[in-house]
Amino acid sequence: MGFLDIRNVTKSYGAVKVLHSVDIQVEEGEFLVLVGPSGCGKSTLLNMIAGLETISGGEIAIKDRVVNGVHPSKRNIAMVFQSYALYPNMTVGQNITFGLEMHGTPKPERERALAEVAKLLQIDHLLDRKPGQLSGGQRQRVAMGRALVRDPDVFLFDEPLSNLDAKLRVDMRTEIKKLHHKLKRTIVYVTHDQIEALTLSTRIAVMNKGYVQQLGTPKEIYDSPANLFVATFMGSPAMNIITAKLVIEGGRAQAEITDANGKPLRLAFSSGNFTAWEGREILLGIRPEAITDPEGADRNSHNIQPLHNMVTVTEPAGADTFVTMTLSGKDVIARMRADASVQPHQPFDFAVNMEKAVAFDPKTGDRIITA
Amino acid sequence: MSVAAQDTAVSTGRITRAFIYLILLLFALFYLLPLYVMGVNSVKPLSEITGGNMMALPKEWTLDPWRSAWSTAQIGVNPTGLKPYFLTSILMVVPAVAISTMLGAINGYILTKWRFKGDTIIFGLMLFSCFIPFQIVLIPMARVLGMLGMAGSIQGLILVHVVYGLGFSTLYFRNYYAAFPTELVRAAQIDGAGFFRIFWRIMLPVSGPIAVVCVIWQFTNIWNDFLFGASFGGTTQPMTVALNNLVQSSTGVKEYNVHFAAAILAAIPTLIVYIVAGRYFVRGLMAGSVKG
Repeated sequence: MGFLDIRNVTKSYGAVKVLHSVDIQVEEGEFLVLVGPSGCGKSTLLNMIAGLETISGGEIAIKDRVVNGVHPSKRNIAMVFQSYALYPNMTVGQNITFGLEMHGTPKPERERALAEVAKLLQIDHLLDRKPGQLSGGQRQRVAMGRALVRDPDVFLFDEPLSNLDAKLRVDMRTEIKKLHHKLKRTIVYVTHDQIEALTLSTRIAVMNKGYVQQLGTPKEIYDSPANLFVATFMGSPAMNIITAKLVIEGGRAQAEITDANGKPLRLAFSSGNFTAWEGREILLGIRPEAITDPEGADRNSHNIQPLHNMVTVTEPAGADTFVTMTLSGKDVIARMRADASVQPHQPFDFAVNMEKAVAFDPKTGDRIITA
Repeated sequence: MSVAAQDTAVSTGRITRAFIYLILLLFALFYLLPLYVMGVNSVKPLSEITGGNMMALPKEWTLDPWRSAWSTAQIGVNPTGLKPYFLTSILMVVPAVAISTMLGAINGYILTKWRFKGDTIIFGLMLFSCFIPFQIVLIPMARVLGMLGMAGSIQGLILVHVVYGLGFSTLYFRNYYAAFPTELVRAAQIDGAGFFRIFWRIMLPVSGPIAVVCVIWQFTNIWNDFLFGASFGGTTQPMTVALNNLVQSSTGVKEYNVHFAAAILAAIPTLIVYIVAGRYFVRGLMAGSVKG
């Protein structure tokens, strides 16, 4: 029994099923991020927790109380909307206390709660202003204040940062994380931004086409993606997926790929029992940061493999340099230190950290488990 | 927005500008001419009008035509002036405008924020009522009023105008609320506000601009209506019918000066509504609720 239980929940609009039996247990104080491309059902799921959409099948329980059919205002949740949804005709103070007023909280208590929240979010000086007179970041704070003041069991965030400019978004991200550390409240947060998901969450549910693709900690999701979708969706630039043939030589599984000239070369896996895959085709997944120059390779790794190949393009991006090459006929991106001595159209000695490599079944797209 | 808008006017040369102003001035004069004629002739003795020049300023100023039009002129069989009819019009227009605007607002709110199956069809049918000519509904309406026992009363006229005005007021508010962010309604729901609370506290306070448009439209239409007033007014006839009875009277001397004064009296309320309400055509009330 979790704090927030999503049990076998489905959602359909007529014959169209948009959510397929989602099962998630959220513990008290957890920060769960629902992430996925648009149309994956993440916002629908959030709205169902909030009570703004009906539940077609299964049940949702908050603190062991099944809330299917319970009115949004009686679920003891608070929501921060993408557009902030501040009431334009009310001052910041009225906006924040509107919910308390509707729930019949007496005025002195409302004012005390308002003062507390305003201090926490540093918006004390804005309380008499109208939302129209605030900047994007300030509106964001007010929207959070409106959620906080209610002291709900669960906070729901619907892409709260996507309307902010890039710099402010990063600042507010940190702010939200700090707030979570301080208040230790249960949060369900929807975003399409995988960086937000990785930085904020204690657990992530990666969703696609109405299915939860993988549910796990950010590290699990990033290092051991369950399938090709999760592997390529999480991380930027995306994980390189290279077609390879699995060969076993001297008891060690190796992925055979071809370099820019079509010459075969082999990268040996660290461990794992691949016997069932011997001689078959697999998809080799390597994150860009696992391909570096030899000096920049991870010193803690026990399996750095050399790879000699032609460089196609180099893209300096300040802190990093992205290097593109061709492997098995596809572009592969490597992420290197800014000062790596790499030149376009020249051969280069890459170092591949095969400890971080994963393999996928080309038919199903699932990761090959070789425990 | 407003800062940028100030600089968007195309800069033109002095001569072009002078030319534009000249043309505009001529048009303005042309349109003001009837008002001028009505004005000057309503403060002249009748002899000056029948004696010749309609355009000339009065030689002898008098307010008698106005007094006569307001309180003593012969309307139908009674020498009451327009005063009682003016009162009837006010008693009819104010509730009719208020009720049809209010109902239109609630309709618009439901049709956009509490959607239900078939709502677009219902809206389409209401919209249809905007295009039905008055004459078509006369007989069915007379029958309905008769059955309700409201024929020939102010209440009956109010009902007629509310029913007829609903199509337009619903159209105005529905289109206005369609652009109103639904997330605000959802936020209010989560905050615990109910159907009417959301309407009163969230929707209505930002409906100023569209309410003004709706009020101006309804007020002008209902005040200026002649057909319904003449058909269903009975003994409680509105201003427009009285004006007609005064001006079209076929017995006695035609008192043009009184007629002009009466016509201006009949037009004053709509003018006032335009001048006063026009100031509240404010935009940007929605600013800041959502990113925009």
